[in-house]
Amino acid sequence: MPENPTEIGYNTKIEGDVIVTRADAVLNWFRKNSLWPMPMGLACCAIELMAAGSSRFDISRFGSEVMRFSPRQSDLMIVAGTVTYKMGLAVKRIYDQMAEPKWVIAMGACASTGGMYRSYAVMQGVDNILPVDVYVAGCPPRPEALLDALMKLQTKVGKEPVIRTQKALPVEA
Amino acid sequence: MSTTAKRLAQKLKKAFSTALGSVSEFRDELTLIVTDPAQIKDVCQYAKTELGFDYLVDVSSVDNYGEDPRFEVVYEMYGYEHQAHLRLVATVSEESAVIPSVTSVWKTADWHEREIYDMMGISFEGHPDLRRILMWEGYPYFPLRKDFPLAGKATELPEVAFSKPAPLEGGPFVTTAGSEDRQRGEPRSKSVSS
Repeated sequence: MPENPTEIGYNTKIEGDVIVTRADAVLNWFRKNSLWPMPMGLACCAIELMAAGSSRFDISRFGSEVMRFSPRQSDLMIVAGTVTYKMGLAVKRIYDQMAEPKWVIAMGACASTGGMYRSYAVMQGVDNILPVDVYVAGCPPRPEALLDALMKLQTKVGKEPVIRTQKALPVEA
Repeated sequence: MSTTAKRLAQKLKKAFSTALGSVSEFRDELTLIVTDPAQIKDVCQYAKTELGFDYLVDVSSVDNYGEDPRFEVVYEMYGYEHQAHLRLVATVSEESAVIPSVTSVWKTADWHEREIYDMMGISFEGHPDLRRILMWEGYPYFPLRKDFPLAGKATELPEVAFSKPAPLEGGPFVTTAGSEDRQRGEPRSKSVSS
């Protein structure tokens, strides 16, 4: 067994053509290496998000290059920018349409806390309406910061108990 | 300051001597006070068709809270032909908060007037589509009025939007009113704890 039980261990000398692992670990391995983002670009952070997707920073190194503009095909909502109260419920509706399991990155100061906008019109952090997994500091954060957040999220996804959460889902009668 | 602008302003004043007040000049800009706001549409129509002010640069509004009349609506106009600029300032009282729309003169006034309606709560008589433009339909306040708090107010409109007051708490975002100079009043000179 590997030292970290959430990682997949494979020793060719011992195991040959057979991989011995835990179901949680292998399912999480699938999940965390293909987090398809839903780019919720609302302000200048979205420009950095685009840069993260382009060749210089290349988010595809982490399996997240498939930006889906449909919530039904995405796993990860990247809220990049200022969430106004007028936009708030639209963001929530898009999040609600994403299939489980799903995660949220609040990219930048605005999405995390409202940023410099202490105002009647700006929601003071998207965590008022969504469960945020990773917050990224910066105004706007550089693409590297977003990639770091993605790696942190991958670590988090890798530790989630898949089987148990699926059993815990309510059974419809 | 172009003599053309002065000449045109005097011409406009002569045509509407009952509706217009004095012409004032400040830093090479001409301002005409509209003493009878009910005639603003006719004044603008004349300025456009007879005096060649074919471009409405902006319409904005001012809240002189505590004074009467409370509001001012400011029209910035410009003519491409003679390249002269002129500003009209019309006063609007708090009780009526209504002024005729100039959308029939310049189409571009449409969204400017909707913004003023949304932010300041001044209605425009004869506007073809006077809805809120920035805030959502059903928002109960006019947020750029001086008696509206900077932090905002809590509202709830199910299925549409909600809002909560933003935390200010004397933080780095708040300008201190009445401080001796801007250096001390501006947010950047303050630490978060003070």
